[in-house]
Amino acid sequence: MNQSDDTFARVEALIEPFNKKGVAITPDTRFQQDLEWDSLTVLDFVASIEDEFDILITMNMQAEIETVGQLADAVRELSKR
Amino acid sequence: MSDLLSKFDSLIEQREKLLESGVTDPFNLVMERVESPTVAICNGKRTILLGTYNYMGMTFDPDVIEAGKKALEEFGSGTTGSRVLNGTYVGHRAVEDALREFYAMDHAMVFSTGYQANLGIISTLAGKDDYVVLDIDSHASIYDGCAMGNAQIVPFRHNDVDALEKRLNRIPPEAGKLVVLEGVYSMMGDVAPLKEMVAVAKAAGAMVLVDEAHSMGFIGEHGRGVAEAQGVIDDVDFIIGTFSKSVGTVGGFCVSNHPKFEILRLVCRPYVFTASLPPSVVATAATSVRKLMHGADKRAHLWENSKRLHGGLKKLGFTLGTDEPQSAIIAVIMPDLETGAAMWEALLKEGLYVNLARPPATPAGMTLLRCSLCAEHSTEQVGEILNMFAAAGRATGCIQ
Repeated sequence: MNQSDDTFARVEALIEPFNKKGVAITPDTRFQQDLEWDSLTVLDFVASIEDEFDILITMNMQAEIETVGQLADAVRELSKR
Repeated sequence: MSDLLSKFDSLIEQREKLLESGVTDPFNLVMERVESPTVAICNGKRTILLGTYNYMGMTFDPDVIEAGKKALEEFGSGTTGSRVLNGTYVGHRAVEDALREFYAMDHAMVFSTGYQANLGIISTLAGKDDYVVLDIDSHASIYDGCAMGNAQIVPFRHNDVDALEKRLNRIPPEAGKLVVLEGVYSMMGDVAPLKEMVAVAKAAGAMVLVDEAHSMGFIGEHGRGVAEAQGVIDDVDFIIGTFSKSVGTVGGFCVSNHPKFEILRLVCRPYVFTASLPPSVVATAATSVRKLMHGADKRAHLWENSKRLHGGLKKLGFTLGTDEPQSAIIAVIMPDLETGAAMWEALLKEGLYVNLARPPATPAGMTLLRCSLCAEHSTEQVGEILNMFAAAGRATGCIQ
């Protein structure tokens, strides 16, 4: 994983308001199993990521993203376009 | 060998736990006799029906029944074929003519169910590189249509115009875009701000599809739905509807003014690769659709019923899905599945049937008692319904 920029830190900051269980966030933290987010939480969180980086993360892409690290990678990739 | 059904173990367990408590299974009710659009016999007891989609009460209309009998005798019990082969009879054309007239649109295509209409039209319009922008609370048939077409799915927060606009603006400008909305959302019974949403979609160069399944027949001046009521029906590219609600039988359809619409009959798989509706069904549908064109009095009475039930339930202390009645659906929000099932059973014992709705059909994990009114519910019946809610609500501790 590329950690040469602040993308991971920005993603982590956006997770916090939704991190009701206070889970420690690492690149391997899984949204479904570790954070236990329901579909409405995912929708609101994805919207905040999209607004922060001015990108679009389709449901098709979301299905491929399981961990915080994978999300940060996807955000970097999408921001380049 | 791995058991492919083991993925449902948690649901099986949840169901067993619920039924062990002795509650009647809310998803296994049998109607022994049906007396009218509003009354059936369940477990030997006369039961008022408040959980059907029979909004306009057309199921026992004498003209509708007569048309069905005549077609059954003259054309037989089924077509045994696809619409594009041997399955198009004069009756199928006649009901498409009735729909074109009802909506004042150039084209109408009839499917075997409403589910197939969404599945077929959405999957055929939006392919792999196209984007479908949809409300997160969209019906399962809409999501399934997106999945079948392999389109890029972009959901936005329920009824949020700004969220829709933001997402549309982030889609590559050259990409094909379909915005999918519903007139009335069937779980909470709330209406979409179509006027604003259609304007935003058009400004972004998207095509618009509106599912008006739960509004046909009684919302809008001619009963064409929420898009008509909000004055944007001319900007909607495709309207999806069903015969299984206000029309009172089964089947689905899409109406449109698009000049190339007719080609869809050859390329839409859920239209081509299934048997067409039986002649008696299309005959009842055509008769019913034509009668709905003149249903102003019934519409007015249905609205009266909706307002009275909404106001009465609110006064009793129930929490409802909307602050004001917006459609013929009134959702009573239950604190959890157990209380919902207990209340559902208590109502049934009083002689009232409503729908118990639970996730994943409901938004935000809610358990709902969904009430849908009929134009044939009498003023007295609405009074009876309120008394039953009061008794069942107190018996289960839902209200004081």
